[in-house]
Amino acid sequence: MRTASRIVLVVSGILLGIGLVTPLWRITLKAPQYPEGVQMYIWATRLSGQVELINGLNHYIGMRPIREEDFPEFAVMPWVLGGLGVLAVVAAVLNRRGLALTWAILLLLATVVGLADFYRWGYEYGHNLDPRAPIKVPGMSYQPPLIGSKQLLNFTAYSYPDLGGWAAFAALIVGGGVAVGECIGARRRRLSCFELRQHTREPLPV
Amino acid sequence: MTRERQLLRRALWGIPLVVAAAFVFSGCPGTKQTVSGGDVAQRVYVAPGQYDEFYGFFSGGFSGQVTVYGLPSGRLFKIIPVFSVNPENGYGYTPETQPLLMTSHGFIPWDDAHHPELSQTDGVPDGRWLFVNANNTPRIARIDLSTFETVEILELPNSAGNHASPFVTQNTEYIVGATRFSVPVPQKDVPIASYAQEFRGVLNFVAVDPQSGRMRLEFQILVPGFNYDLAHAGKGPSHGWVFFTCYNAEQAHTLLEVNASQRDKDFIAAVNWKKAEEYLRQGKYHEMPAEYFHNVYDEKRHTATSERLTRVKVLIPSECPGMIYYLPTPKSPHGVDVDPSGEYIVAGGKLATVIPVHSFSRMLKAIENKEFDTIIDGIPVLKYESVIAGEVQNPGLGPLHTEFDGKGYAYTSCFVSSEIVKWKLGTWEVVDRIPTYYSIGHLLIPGGDSRKPWGKYVVALNKITKDRYLPTGPELVQSAQLIDISGEKMQLLLDFPTLGEPHYAQAIPAEILMKRSAKVYPLQENQHPYVTRTPEQARVERKGNEVHVYMVALRSHFRPDNIEGIQVGDRVYFHVTNLEQDWDIPHGFAILGANTAEILIMPGQTKTLVWEPKKPGVYPFYCTDFCSALHQEMQGYVRVSPRGANVPLTYGTGSE
Repeated sequence: MRTASRIVLVVSGILLGIGLVTPLWRITLKAPQYPEGVQMYIWATRLSGQVELINGLNHYIGMRPIREEDFPEFAVMPWVLGGLGVLAVVAAVLNRRGLALTWAILLLLATVVGLADFYRWGYEYGHNLDPRAPIKVPGMSYQPPLIGSKQLLNFTAYSYPDLGGWAAFAALIVGGGVAVGECIGARRRRLSCFELRQHTREPLPV
Repeated sequence: MTRERQLLRRALWGIPLVVAAAFVFSGCPGTKQTVSGGDVAQRVYVAPGQYDEFYGFFSGGFSGQVTVYGLPSGRLFKIIPVFSVNPENGYGYTPETQPLLMTSHGFIPWDDAHHPELSQTDGVPDGRWLFVNANNTPRIARIDLSTFETVEILELPNSAGNHASPFVTQNTEYIVGATRFSVPVPQKDVPIASYAQEFRGVLNFVAVDPQSGRMRLEFQILVPGFNYDLAHAGKGPSHGWVFFTCYNAEQAHTLLEVNASQRDKDFIAAVNWKKAEEYLRQGKYHEMPAEYFHNVYDEKRHTATSERLTRVKVLIPSECPGMIYYLPTPKSPHGVDVDPSGEYIVAGGKLATVIPVHSFSRMLKAIENKEFDTIIDGIPVLKYESVIAGEVQNPGLGPLHTEFDGKGYAYTSCFVSSEIVKWKLGTWEVVDRIPTYYSIGHLLIPGGDSRKPWGKYVVALNKITKDRYLPTGPELVQSAQLIDISGEKMQLLLDFPTLGEPHYAQAIPAEILMKRSAKVYPLQENQHPYVTRTPEQARVERKGNEVHVYMVALRSHFRPDNIEGIQVGDRVYFHVTNLEQDWDIPHGFAILGANTAEILIMPGQTKTLVWEPKKPGVYPFYCTDFCSALHQEMQGYVRVSPRGANVPLTYGTGSE
């Protein structure tokens, strides 16, 4: 791989590392009574922000309290993120574009699975409501948007990636793009993407 | 139109002009002075959602409280309970706060609060604490300016009428208190006519811990039995000194209005407290028996404790040369105010025809040259001509207090002529005057007694309002008047009613305080002995006749909210913890028939309501602060059975 590509891969590994130590996602709720907004942050390992306050407000609509211990994901996510970060660096150090492409595919897979899982949780919290809740609005569910904003009674819910999430996305787009680009380049030079031999600048065999 | 008719028309037009002129120049009796139009409304208008530029802290006088206003709008934000009980939130009624109002005379539910004083660093208000004095039963309170709550009250022994208080030194090393009514020291049963022999004054120096703000009565100076009235500490070059006015050098003990007004001059006592500290270190003090209370509210335990103290260190001027001097000052001086440079000491000789201004540097020189008139009980009296810097001629009648704008001008309130007089430091010439409505006492300029005043407004604190507002029967409010002093001429902007009787007030830029203001009490820091940190821990425990309810309040229910097994004769303690950690979500608690005030519990706080049910029955309790959409549902019941009934103690929430 080109040196530039290898640097991008190392940077991607670091970006995934940032995803480990900063929040991946942020949910903000705004209402007339909360002009300053109420925030919840989702990290790879935990939740932070005003979770108790959100639970307090949610009990009126019968939403299950959001509790960290209910999410097995927090045990898995750091390993997935950390592993992918290490893999990116390993691919760069060993200079193997096959490995880089594998990494990119795995990262894409993890992102898709992660977002799907996030959607599933949102659906469950938003629809699985206590029938004895004090506030019942016929036909109303309270699923937060996967990404974007949505009006839920007096609250506007905003759901967007936070620093770690943006870093992971950047790793996926830039690092993944470079890995795929390297493979396409190799194909053009009629080399296997999974060529084990280190790439040299030898003239192409005719 | 003929020329004659034209002339006639002009002449007729002239009549209303003449009438108007007559009103303007002679003043129309029965017509009140109002503002002169222009953009005045705009200058005090703080648009909805906007913030005021200054916080103003006004003493409540006979209300015993401190009120917090915004300036320039004059909007009231908070009443801080200090020396008087406050049934609105349980202050002085709950076991947590009752110790704050303990004194050597027992529990006192009221006092007369006069002078709010902001803590200072390097001579500038720093926004950490606000001190205020109790005049009747001598005490000083400290208010934490992050929670705007009273957190400490210290009683001052051997004192009576703690009026010259609680003025701070440049770095809040000390706050002072002095006796306005001299009394026998120590107190004893003597004829009142033995005043001259038995009665003494004390000047109290209360040390303030620079970190915690904790107060400690460091020492007292025993002085002749005059009436010590007001004080201010030196600053800059005069840092290390405190100046106290006194009247009644005649030592009258009856009909003071006549008998204490006979002498041409009374005094300002100048105390060198650094010298006093030296004498303390040398052990030149007398340890005297005394009884006084020190009450501290712990903001983590949400509980106050009282400590009874029994000794005080007393310094006697005749044994401590160089510690205190008297500056002769005309006619029963009231206020004593030190200008921002620290050089000029302005006295408000309330019966004097001039405002005398002493010079600190001249005072030092006079002391060095021993220019003494006489010596009273070991206190040298300096020569008036040796210490005076100048006299403001024809200032107005009844000059009381002076504040400074930091631009070289002083503003003196004149009670009798009901006006503020602006004059120039150094030339002593009066440059402007503005009437007040009516009978101004103190006045305030933000930072106006500090080294760096924010000289944009002066606020007049008036004693009499009469026709200024809609009448409300014989008892009327007092008022404050906001006056712009940014220009050459003072200009009245706003008139607003105040609570109680504000004596003094102080103001500080909002930006200094806003960022320090707490939003909630962190629940994890709550160390109240009866805290309930989670709903699961809510419970009821009986100990003989005492029943302790560990209750939580959380939108929108109490837990437990159904309690049975209480008996007539029980003493029930509702220890209510507000589990909210959300700004501006207090909960209240009250129960039918309780012979006490309700409690208002701030987020993260625990407070206790004590109830002694007298008759069997079922008693509802409820949240008194509209907390949420289902606030009306936030209620519960307690079943009270006759003494000895076999109803078991049970409790719960939500299980029907």
